[in-house]
Amino acid sequence: MASASIARSPWLKTLALLAAVATFAGCKKEPAAPTAGGNTPAAATAGEIVIGHYGSLTGGQATFGRSTDEGILLAVNEVNAAGGLEVAGVKRKVKLVSEDTESKAEKAGDVVRKLISKDNVVAVLGEVASSITLEGAPVAQRAKIPTITPSSTNTTVTEVGDYVFRVCFIDPFQGYAGAKFVREQLKLTKAALLVDKSSAYSDQLSKEFAQAFQSMGGTIVATADYTQGEKDFNTRLTSLREKGPELIYIPGYYTEVANIAIQARALGMNIPLMGGDGWDSEDLAKNGGAAIEGTFYTNHYAPDNPTPAITAFVTKYGAAYNGKVPDGLAALGYDAANVLFASIKTAGTTEGPKLRDAIAQTKGFVGVTGTITIDANRNAVKPIVVLERKNNAWVYRATIEPK
Amino acid sequence: MPTHVLVARAALPFLVSLLLALLLHFGVARFLDDYDRGLVMSVGINIMLAVSLTMVNGFTGQFSIGHAGFLGVGGYVAGAVTYATSLKLYGDLETRGSMLSGTSLNVDPATLSWFGQGDLLFVASLLAGGCAAALIGYVVGLPSLRLRGDYLAIVTLGFGEIVRVLIQRTDKTAALQAWDRVHPGVPAPEGVSRVFAIENSVLDPATGLSQTTYTAVSDANWFEIAPRVGGSLGFSAVPDYTSIFWVVLFAGVTIAVASRIKRSTFGRAFLSIREDEIASEAMGVDTVRYKVRAFVIAAFFAGLAGGLFAHFKSMNPNEIGFARSFDIVIMVVLGGLGSISGASIAAIIVTLLPEWLRGLDQYRMIIWALALILMMIFRPQGLLGVREIWDKALWQGLVRFIKREKSSPKAGGGA
Repeated sequence: MASASIARSPWLKTLALLAAVATFAGCKKEPAAPTAGGNTPAAATAGEIVIGHYGSLTGGQATFGRSTDEGILLAVNEVNAAGGLEVAGVKRKVKLVSEDTESKAEKAGDVVRKLISKDNVVAVLGEVASSITLEGAPVAQRAKIPTITPSSTNTTVTEVGDYVFRVCFIDPFQGYAGAKFVREQLKLTKAALLVDKSSAYSDQLSKEFAQAFQSMGGTIVATADYTQGEKDFNTRLTSLREKGPELIYIPGYYTEVANIAIQARALGMNIPLMGGDGWDSEDLAKNGGAAIEGTFYTNHYAPDNPTPAITAFVTKYGAAYNGKVPDGLAALGYDAANVLFASIKTAGTTEGPKLRDAIAQTKGFVGVTGTITIDANRNAVKPIVVLERKNNAWVYRATIEPK
Repeated sequence: MPTHVLVARAALPFLVSLLLALLLHFGVARFLDDYDRGLVMSVGINIMLAVSLTMVNGFTGQFSIGHAGFLGVGGYVAGAVTYATSLKLYGDLETRGSMLSGTSLNVDPATLSWFGQGDLLFVASLLAGGCAAALIGYVVGLPSLRLRGDYLAIVTLGFGEIVRVLIQRTDKTAALQAWDRVHPGVPAPEGVSRVFAIENSVLDPATGLSQTTYTAVSDANWFEIAPRVGGSLGFSAVPDYTSIFWVVLFAGVTIAVASRIKRSTFGRAFLSIREDEIASEAMGVDTVRYKVRAFVIAAFFAGLAGGLFAHFKSMNPNEIGFARSFDIVIMVVLGGLGSISGASIAAIIVTLLPEWLRGLDQYRMIIWALALILMMIFRPQGLLGVREIWDKALWQGLVRFIKREKSSPKAGGGA
């Protein structure tokens, strides 16, 4: 065995260790490539505005973090291409420092502390998952550095403090919008719920949907739950089928939703399925195939919605990232960064408290994901869109205005 | 030896820990920024976890892979105690610590008072967390430690998963709610728009519909608030009392207790079980009892570490599962099975190295894994093997190794 003989030879051992050390040292000196997710450590040149992004660049939610990072980077590059951000009459370049949370809430505090105390960021963008933002946001709150989360939809996130904002809708509105769409546009009255109990997102969304749906005269005929990672939903679907629902509301994530859709169709349940923005991934169509035909989900934006802001964004994003079609998270990352830039301009400074006030006064900001107004609870008031799966493509179906 | 000398000797390591904790907290910490201070605390907590697991996996040679479960039990119990008590006593979640606690961020410890009510609450909740973990350790350990080898691994693995799933399924946390949701029809006092309240979902049996009601925290009982630990959203509302002082103090205590146990008759019994369970049983060692004891002590310190963690970062059910348990096992194996100082050094490396590699972006985790693999190939017995850093034999071995290098530089190939 080669490894054993190497291990026994002290000379080779030392050599290999030295080589390993040299590799480390060598790697460390190499400048990180300024790609998406790339972080160029510290040393801001005078006049540069440093903003931080913490996201799940690796781990279970890596596609969420990467998309957001690409959206933010696009906004930063645009501002820099225009010569920088004009603050109190001086054009200043913007530098983005992105850090990885490994999809773990545990890491978020460390990462935000690093961004604030090592990189001296003026504001923090992130995270996607509400549970991770809830760990990172209090750190920034205490340091009086504003946070804008692009896509954490759980209500508790902005309750952390007066320095925490978001540019996405919150789950109560998403549940309401889903219910309103089902009642008014699909005109259905009997819905069943299939809830992912291991996710706070799914739990809250299902409750809000049920409440709104009932108040609009609908009935929840049956409820079943599952845990992330499960593969077989047949028994639960059968029990739901017995109650004769006209629609199943599945506020889960795309991986399970694809399996649920396939198994439901196999059981002969050809009723519409509906979900929330957790469905927003290419993988849903990839795994679900024909089974997701005739499904709907509420989302932050629809790429084919013909508004000028969306068309321009889709073109720019495609040009920057090899023709990729941006998902909702990329659009929200882009909007979050632009709301921040607009606020820095109006504040005329990057000081925490003044910047905070400027963000709080954001009103009628025209973003890719709709017109954003920040309310008294630091949440974005904005419309929601419903997408429909039709002829193997997601198409824009409706816009639901805020309550 | 006279009694007072014995007492002094017994107290020495604890006094040293206390002094070190004070020195780091008031001295060194001033020169660190928040990020570095956070890393020091993470290192301390990981040392506690690694050293406590060393008592089971290292001393008695059992293979437990559910240690994060005890971290979870301790963390959630300690967090829930502080959380519910703070809400009941003070009506909010502010820290009320002295210059020793709750100074993790932006607060100069010297500006705070010598004593805060919160300190007592904090230490009491830490002990509650440790005791809860020890109790669970007893319940889990008693039946499973009668088994040998792989069975214990399976049972502890199952235990860790049970803790994770149970917490995931708990109800939501108490949170700030709009005043009119909690007190419908009652005008809000001046300046109050939101209050702490707990959300209750009640299923109406007649219609089968769920109704949401709210209870103000002031009207709720302590035991009604305590179980609301956030479920799958994570438990982040615990006041941050953990500081460098407490972490270093408790890490020092853990190391002191572990090394005292290792050198006592008690510890010799542990080691004999590791070397040969049948032989040690033949020598009159009640192996099951000793294994359970090691397990309970380890669970207690893991619970303490969990309490410190909960008052520092947020507890999340997804992060106290199998992956986390394995991180701790890695620290123990990397340090050398049975070596307290080895486990501590490994805990430092395992915590800091991935952070230092942040500059490498996406290659970070690959290099980290590579470093671990190299380590296991070249030093399968771990950093220090079974020795301690204060053992003379370790240094003598090192000297011999260097001498041999010098005398026969071409010893390569066949050696």
